[in-house]
Amino acid sequence: MTLSQQDRAAVETAARQIRIDTVRMVHAAACGHPGGPIGMADFMATLFTRHMNLTPETLNQPDRDRFVLGNGHTCAGYYSILSQKGLIPRDELLTFRKMGSRLQGHPHRTPDMGIDFSTGSLGNSLSVALGMALAAKSNGWDSRIYSASSDGESQEGQIWEAATAAAHYGASNLTVLVDFNNVQIDGYMRDVMDVRDLRAKYEAFGWHALDVDGHDIDAIDAALVAAREETERPTALICHTLIGKGVSFMENQPGWHGVAPGDEDARRALVELGIEGAELEAMMA
Amino acid sequence: MIATPELAPLFDGVEARKAATRNAYGEALLELGASNPDVVVLDADLSGSTKTKAFGKAHPDRFFNMGVAEANMIGVAAGLASQGKVAFASSFAMFATGKAFEQIRQSVCVPELNVKICATHAGLTVGEDGKSHQMLEDVTIMRVIPGMQVIVPADAVEARQAVLAAAEIPGPVYVRLSRASTPIVFSEDYRFEFGKAAMLREGGDLAIVAMGVTVAAAIEAADILSGMGIEARVLNMSTISPLDRDSIASAARDCGAILTAEEHQENGGLGEAVAQAVVGTHPVPMEMCGMSGSFGQSGTGDELLAHYGLDAAGLVARAQQLLNRKQA
Repeated sequence: MTLSQQDRAAVETAARQIRIDTVRMVHAAACGHPGGPIGMADFMATLFTRHMNLTPETLNQPDRDRFVLGNGHTCAGYYSILSQKGLIPRDELLTFRKMGSRLQGHPHRTPDMGIDFSTGSLGNSLSVALGMALAAKSNGWDSRIYSASSDGESQEGQIWEAATAAAHYGASNLTVLVDFNNVQIDGYMRDVMDVRDLRAKYEAFGWHALDVDGHDIDAIDAALVAAREETERPTALICHTLIGKGVSFMENQPGWHGVAPGDEDARRALVELGIEGAELEAMMA
Repeated sequence: MIATPELAPLFDGVEARKAATRNAYGEALLELGASNPDVVVLDADLSGSTKTKAFGKAHPDRFFNMGVAEANMIGVAAGLASQGKVAFASSFAMFATGKAFEQIRQSVCVPELNVKICATHAGLTVGEDGKSHQMLEDVTIMRVIPGMQVIVPADAVEARQAVLAAAEIPGPVYVRLSRASTPIVFSEDYRFEFGKAAMLREGGDLAIVAMGVTVAAAIEAADILSGMGIEARVLNMSTISPLDRDSIASAARDCGAILTAEEHQENGGLGEAVAQAVVGTHPVPMEMCGMSGSFGQSGTGDELLAHYGLDAAGLVARAQQLLNRKQA
């Protein structure tokens, strides 16, 4: 099943905007994490534009879908997509990480902006998402609970406590999207702590688990549909991505996990993302 | 401050009337289950010991046994609370606060959620299980977290009311409960008020500020001191955070010396909390009865309390030292 050209273009536009906003926000903050959100842009855009029913209109509906960003350090991309959905004013994005901003360095639960939970400490997210899923089931809601996680976060033991419990309770309304880019702060995963086959691990824990090309929008969309159709088990989508995808000098570079681009690198990144001329000069002013 | 309430007779003939605060917790949960449909309960494979099992039988759809995985239990409780539930989570105090400290800080207190951590088997009186299970640092690590509200009931009567109150108090609450049967201090007419100390006995020579199982010892110590011509005021400080600073300031002013008593480390516990209020209001000499930086050991609860100077005799001895300092 593939998307119509128009639907795919809409997701691609949102994903490109996540990448542009991330470069601008982290550059303006002069600190933060650019590589992760740029690599996650395709599945975050697919999730938020085509699956999550979070909009300014549904914001205060108790039974709307929920999202927990487990790898909270990648929140620049999260804030970007929330902004694109009309939940954060566009001109607020550049306050990211600055004193007094609502856009904290790691997400803080802010119902007005649709930020459903506070995260930043790796390992805690899947438990929280499971709690939301159990609440939804207990209330008879057919909402879906989504969580983003990562290969690095999968090194935390609590993830596997939560995975055990989610399968035990048959939390089929829970879907975790694992950003698997093989990179963590200290280097390549194979050198630091290899988590190996996460699909097989989740499957062994009793989950419906799929390997997905995290940059193939049609494949991501199909996997999210499959997650929705699963009625017995929670679903783990192991999204294989490239850190920094779309900005050539960031791709697959552990150094871009947590370092802000300076003026020159930000300009190069924006040019690669198709920004030019007066728009580029305005962004770099 | 709660005006001097009527107390239950500590000794009814030869046997003290006793009950475990964990049993009162189980009974209060059943009441809440019937009265509040938003209440859910989580446990970590200790539901028979923490007394949440009865709730689970009565409301299986609102009870979640999370297995031996306390960090996940607290995270799940936070997720449930974020969707409008009032989530009670229980295990032994050692594991509920020790294993899950980070989850309590990050997932419960930072987002200010309605999670009520009711931890049993706290302190020395868990007894024979020994130091691995004798949680003596929980009040310290709970009261230090911004927004965490901490209650240590003195007996089963107060524990039941404190648990019912916790369901109504907005935000995170920690309730510290005991395994052992401990003396009933209050009559059934007692009314717990969150954030307020209760004056259990008037006196002007010194004040004994106690929490939990040491409250009964404090009353007994005050009786012994009275026989020696020393009148001790006794305060039940069942809410540790937020602390009733006014009651402490009044005690300091009126009595000129304060003794604290806790089945807990002195470092960061009730004693330090009271000292903080005393130096900020009306500095007077203080002594602290608690654990002085050591772990416990196996033994019966009563043996351990006596060994570490937390029974009436131990408090009387420290009261006399304190009075010497006051008069010096």
